[in-house]
Amino acid sequence: MNIETHKTLHSKGEASLASYVIGFILSIALTLGAYGITTNHILSGTPLAAFVVLLAIIQLLVQFIFFLHVGKGKSAKWNLGAFGFTLTIVAIVVGGTLWIMHHLNANMMPRMEAGKNTVTPQTLRD
Amino acid sequence: MIGDTITLTKEHETEKTEALSFAFWIYIMSDCVLFASLFATFAVLSGSTFGGPSIADLSSMPFVLGETMLLLTSSFTSGLAILFAHKQKKSLVLFWLIATLALGLSFVGMEVTEFAHFIGEGASFTRSASLSSFFALVGTHGLHVLLGSIWLLVILTHVLLRGLSHSTLRKLISFSLFWHFLDIVWIFIFTFVYLLGNL
Repeated sequence: MNIETHKTLHSKGEASLASYVIGFILSIALTLGAYGITTNHILSGTPLAAFVVLLAIIQLLVQFIFFLHVGKGKSAKWNLGAFGFTLTIVAIVVGGTLWIMHHLNANMMPRMEAGKNTVTPQTLRD
Repeated sequence: MIGDTITLTKEHETEKTEALSFAFWIYIMSDCVLFASLFATFAVLSGSTFGGPSIADLSSMPFVLGETMLLLTSSFTSGLAILFAHKQKKSLVLFWLIATLALGLSFVGMEVTEFAHFIGEGASFTRSASLSSFFALVGTHGLHVLLGSIWLLVILTHVLLRGLSHSTLRKLISFSLFWHFLDIVWIFIFTFVYLLGNL
């Protein structure tokens, strides 16, 4: 089957070689950056977590823009709207889970009372 | 199938492509929620090692970096395949699709090796809640990559036998959406499971 004009198939947006190459190089840089900072122990604890998560979010955006071309093309508003809805659901599911489980865990702590702090360790069964 | 033998108007073909792309995007969004719940579970249970080894104890960072590079490159090559598909360059499409398949299967191979190593050390998914949630999350992602690879094989056959028709192009677009999405999920697995496994 021959297609007379393939221009109409560019409905997905700006798919150009430059976009993929830039996206690829940026993603490699972000990955290596996060990897290097972690394995060389340049940061640790909360600053490390914040930095590495930030790089992950940036790489998400890079791949959204340069690989998936989200926000470009005819149905961009619909795609973004669907993504916004999904983010909301994800925030509720993940945030809600962490909040609830943290509270449940905290409320399971043995209370500190004099002479009553006996904790029987579980023996590991094979 | 009937779309291959009847010539629809160009406007109709464009509409069909956009409609399918959007519909598939909605599916990708639902898959996001699936992975989000697996991530939430992992976040809650990652500390529950029950006296057993943690992910950090068992995994090798250079190995995981290798997996990451394979999957990222395969995402890139799948993009190139789409690029050349829009330009009707069939042999280039086939080349980059095969490259994507090779990289994707290599990723799966590495992951299977990693899982086998864990299990060999006694750290299977029954060892602790932490490991259960690890296998559920990373295993589900790996299964997506494996099934995506099978889908890619089918698309390769379509391109070989039917060429780059409107219908085949739509399938390619859906596949590339799926494949890019899998690499994006991996970014978060790489970050939260492996990089932050020490916290």
